[in-house]
Amino acid sequence: MKLKRGILLIDQHDQHGFWGGKFGGSFIPETLKKPVEDLTNEFKKLRKDKKFLKKRDHYFKNYIGAPTSFVKLDNLTNQLGGAQIWAKIVSEANGGAHKIYNATVHALICKAMGKKYIVGDTGAGYAGKMLSMAAKKFGLKCKIFMGAKDIKRQKPNCDAMRKNGAEIVPVYSGSQTLVDAVSECMRYWVSNCDNTHMCVGSTVGPNIFVKICGWSTAQISRELKVQLKSEFKKIPNKIKLINCVGGGSSAYGFWSEFIDYDKKQIELIGVEAGGPKNSKLHAAPLSRKTKIGILHGAASYVCQNKEGQINETESISAGLDYPGVSPMHCFLKDTKRARYTYATDEEALNAHQMVTKFENLNPSLEPSHAFAEAIKIAPKLSKDTIIIVNSCGDAKKDRDILRERLGKK
Amino acid sequence: MSSLINQAFQNAKSENRPALLTYTVAGDNTKKRSLEILKSISNYADICELGFPHNTPIADGGQIQTSAYRAIKNGIKINDVFSIAKDFKSKKKNKPIILMGYYNMIFQCNEDKFLEKCKKSKVDGLIVVDLPYPENQSFAAKCKKKGINFIQLVSPTTSEIRLKKIIKDSHDMIYYISMLSTTGGKLKVSPKKILEKYSKIKNQNKSKNVVIGFGITEKTIKSLKKADGLVVGSAICKEISNSINKRQNTVTNVTNIVKRLKNKIK
Repeated sequence: MKLKRGILLIDQHDQHGFWGGKFGGSFIPETLKKPVEDLTNEFKKLRKDKKFLKKRDHYFKNYIGAPTSFVKLDNLTNQLGGAQIWAKIVSEANGGAHKIYNATVHALICKAMGKKYIVGDTGAGYAGKMLSMAAKKFGLKCKIFMGAKDIKRQKPNCDAMRKNGAEIVPVYSGSQTLVDAVSECMRYWVSNCDNTHMCVGSTVGPNIFVKICGWSTAQISRELKVQLKSEFKKIPNKIKLINCVGGGSSAYGFWSEFIDYDKKQIELIGVEAGGPKNSKLHAAPLSRKTKIGILHGAASYVCQNKEGQINETESISAGLDYPGVSPMHCFLKDTKRARYTYATDEEALNAHQMVTKFENLNPSLEPSHAFAEAIKIAPKLSKDTIIIVNSCGDAKKDRDILRERLGKK
Repeated sequence: MSSLINQAFQNAKSENRPALLTYTVAGDNTKKRSLEILKSISNYADICELGFPHNTPIADGGQIQTSAYRAIKNGIKINDVFSIAKDFKSKKKNKPIILMGYYNMIFQCNEDKFLEKCKKSKVDGLIVVDLPYPENQSFAAKCKKKGINFIQLVSPTTSEIRLKKIIKDSHDMIYYISMLSTTGGKLKVSPKKILEKYSKIKNQNKSKNVVIGFGITEKTIKSLKKADGLVVGSAICKEISNSINKRQNTVTNVTNIVKRLKNKIK
């Protein structure tokens, strides 16, 4: 299994849609075959269409607010000693998280295909909030599927979705979290695929959804590359790009432009959700040894039992609380291009506390997992090492959890 | 030699009626009860589909999901599914049984091992909901080699080209999904339209048995009786749920439904 150079990772799959011959694919009911094929053809056309690209860039700049800033976290660096800690503040994007890139592109595709309805799934509520924003902006009717448990713990984002005119469909089956929301969303699409477009919230699902999402979030690394060059005159010799990984959309976007670099120069580190300390219900399929399984239309490492029933997971961050992961990250793991580890709920909370104490930054619980790893390794590294954390979401949505766990106002 | 599945269709044809196919979830609501239900309804059904329950079903509606969750909660394992099938076949040698479920369960068991177990428990056919053409070709070939029917689905969205290829590649039976829906949805397309599409599929190769499923209930079954076979699943699972809630005898209640369904297509 080998990574190819000079070809985007989203395109490094075989004719059946598998990365490395075993991750990905399209395990879908017959009913979805045609809609998925149509979408695949449309995307193939659009991504090369100059007019479409111009439109995308226009909305990325004027609607999303690209580029988001790239800053050094001086106080945190001084406090920890060792490596320099930098952050790419993707949470500055309109809506407060990286999910807006995928949502905007899906809304544009939906329009291009002449469909008036769009549906999506959400865990932390960001994917749903952004899709509802984009739907409103482009005049589409929108339904968002969300686990009943997530609706309770991510109230601010739910309020935003409703304000944007989207209907939130609560999902009560199974663990009532993201995994069930995705299932329910797919079931809805099976029943309405003739007039409805589906937006999968991360780089998961049948092959084409992995590609569209990765293609959209890749904007993050394109910006970062330019910013690195203008800050350091060239791409520095020792960089570590740290990102949280749930489905893996922000991590793919953050790394896309840097995958071709030697790992001695640019190390890619993914941080999964370890769940509460000592919990066995972690959402960390890459770093805590799981087997390959088929979930939501794709083969990836999946938290599951021997029989193939999908495990319940547990994490303080709804956005990482998912038993599967992007097939592209499985490929990056097996080719050893990226390293994956996990942070527990407690470590993420501590990291959040530390970052907000020293910096004028308010990362949500998802990127707080990435900050936890940065805080852990920075003191052991040399001063010329550049750690960059993707601060991919802001913590406004987490205010209830933070109040309860940290007594924050 | 003709497969048991083929024989079941021939048999129904000789009686000038469609074959009746039932779907129940293995282990719903207990292993023992589900075997009893299966044995009892097979007195009226021509072919029995037995679902192996999965906790993340992406194409099932509420009724079947409920049945599957109930079975999993009661501890049903894949080996229990095979033992139900085996016990059933030891009593009803000539009644075809089809296992139906999602690919991850087969993948975790290992394809070859899974088929070996099917063979040992005398399973006649397999339906894998999330393994469409052409990705299913190698698995379908393995099934054929073992004398197990791999049954493919066709839906209203299936293109002409795909339809031709699927039919060419198919074994004895093809499953036509009546409408865009998960299982158990309300029949939102007129029976006339469904039968029009059905004839298109049937006319491509008359030797294949084509059944219609999704949205078939006591109310709708009669209107579709021109088909080679009709599948009723959610209506049966719903009755199991109702009987459990009312603390009534599931075996009797479900059998009565199947008996009534059969009478409507005679």
